Amino acid sequence: MELAPVTHLSAIDYAMMAMYFVFVLGIGFALRRSTKTSSDFFQSGRSLPPWVTGLAFLSANLGAQEVIGMGASGAKYGIATAHFYWIGAIPAMVFVALFMMPFYYGSRARSVPEYLKLRFDEKTRTLNAISFAVMTIFSSGISMYAMGKLFNLLLGWSFDVSVLVSAVIVLAYVFAGGLTSAIYNEVLQFFMIAFGFAPLVFLGMRQVGGWSGLTSRLNEAAIANGQASGAYTHAWQGMTNTATNPLGVEAFGLVMGLGFVLSFGYWCTDFLVVQRAMAADSMLAARRTPLIAAVPKMFFPFLVILPGMIALALTGTAGGIIPAKLGADGAPLLNSAGKVVMDFDLATPMLLIKLFPEGMLGLGLTALLASFMSGMAGNVTAFNTVWTYDIYQSHIKKNASDEHYLWMGRAATVGGILLSIAAAYVAGAFNNIMEVLQLVFAFVNAPLFATFALGMFWKRATGHGAFWGLASGMCGAMLHHGLTLPNGSVPGIKGGFFGLVHTYPSELAQTFWTAIVAFSTCVVISIVISLATKPRPESELKGLVYSLTDKPVDTNIPFFKRPLTFALAVLAMTALLNILFI
Amino acid sequence: MSGEASLDLRLPIGGLFVVLGVMLGGFGLATGGNTEMYVRSGGLNINLIWGVVMLLTGIVFLLLAKRGAAPKR
Repeated sequence: MELAPVTHLSAIDYAMMAMYFVFVLGIGFALRRSTKTSSDFFQSGRSLPPWVTGLAFLSANLGAQEVIGMGASGAKYGIATAHFYWIGAIPAMVFVALFMMPFYYGSRARSVPEYLKLRFDEKTRTLNAISFAVMTIFSSGISMYAMGKLFNLLLGWSFDVSVLVSAVIVLAYVFAGGLTSAIYNEVLQFFMIAFGFAPLVFLGMRQVGGWSGLTSRLNEAAIANGQASGAYTHAWQGMTNTATNPLGVEAFGLVMGLGFVLSFGYWCTDFLVVQRAMAADSMLAARRTPLIAAVPKMFFPFLVILPGMIALALTGTAGGIIPAKLGADGAPLLNSAGKVVMDFDLATPMLLIKLFPEGMLGLGLTALLASFMSGMAGNVTAFNTVWTYDIYQSHIKKNASDEHYLWMGRAATVGGILLSIAAAYVAGAFNNIMEVLQLVFAFVNAPLFATFALGMFWKRATGHGAFWGLASGMCGAMLHHGLTLPNGSVPGIKGGFFGLVHTYPSELAQTFWTAIVAFSTCVVISIVISLATKPRPESELKGLVYSLTDKPVDTNIPFFKRPLTFALAVLAMTALLNILFI
Repeated sequence: MSGEASLDLRLPIGGLFVVLGVMLGGFGLATGGNTEMYVRSGGLNINLIWGVVMLLTGIVFLLLAKRGAAPKR
């Protein structure tokens, strides 16, 4: 069914959008001449300053999921969504900076799977490389699909045209300038998002009457939704019990599941973000990268979650912002209580359209478009590196010339983009396949941090232990998901396909506990198998394991410039934010 | 190491922000009398205000690039 587009852009909006793309392509073109070796293409020649890698580290993760999804969660859960930042990102970013970057950067591994090869063995690397490569293609495809669908709905753009045009632009600048080009554009996109969304929050807060106006409106909304007053404006209220907070989780599941397993698993092992830090120009710069990223990260809730909360606050009044979710027949969907189900994913885009006049609207939508495209580019650069180094070079063609691998990197960029387009259409045609895949990825990712943590901090861990620990952690995740269900769901994609032994109060609670189970399984199996297999001689593990590696010495730099000082400041600020919004 | 970055990223960021700031601010000036258009933004000429902010930000980036010093974050 074709709906009329929500709004139209005027000439000034299109002109600004076009200007952004001129600069994006210009950056790619300007970097083309300095991209001569495979190291330039895949690792930016390890030459970038830390403020660039730091903002790219943040921005690579700032795809559509973040901007749209966090706005949606803001409208659904309120300020408690900030836990995904303050609990679910900052501690892990500090950890990767202080404790893991010395191994990633110092081991001279060119990718995260390659670190696994150096530390463990080829089979562990290949397991990680293949699952990661498949994941990046689908993530990039999902990003394209979401973009095509959203801009079709908002502006009536053709889905095919927006997918193809964005694919061609991303292809052009990654093909030309490789990782540097992707990183530069990620930083550019970071500033576009910040400057496109700050006025949205400013105008929105003015409209709802500041924080006090927002609080009183959201208190009404909370009570109407069966929550306690204040549930949407206090991050920690009611966290002792799953029934008394909008997330439907309790503090232990939140801190262990999200704050420890999921967040450390993502920020410390996902090559998409780690690749940015590995492009830094020195060990010190690499260690600073995640810390620099953590500073804007802790304030991002105000940029991406607040719009959702404002949209919810304004929806209570006449001419609401968040539209109803429509069923297949075009009629609004109702929940079991007979209330209209809101389409939270549209909270942020609709607020943009409601508050921005033409001019600003062009800037805001360009920022949104930019975040979709850099999401694609980030995945494509991670894919071409893992494909070329960890799959092609290690299994298909060893010992070829550097030009050959550079050529392969460019070919893999074209291939990766074509596969992403295919994935975008698969996502459009079979919605369930995507849900199944995302679930499989969740199983694959859940135990990863256990493998890395054991590898880096326990010299006795062996390749067999790592491989089988990882594999059994994935199975553990699947088994847990298959034996549990969130409250009110039917067996199937939501779980319970092996039978039902436990019911969780919410999907988030189930997800967090799946992660905890996967992590624990991986730790136990890795330890048992490692102890039963032959350890590697310590001489081979220098630079790969904490106890056998020289620690970076910072005594020659002033105390306020040391990563540790920086890290403590970041943690103190985050603690303060938690206290302010308790 | 062959990969000396050949382009100072502060240049394109500054350039883009100056261009967008001028476009947005100019559009804000031209439409300043149109009160109906700015009802959405609560009566504020957000185009003019934000155009100026972006222009100034762009100039700061260009100055930093010219000085050649890393921006302090």
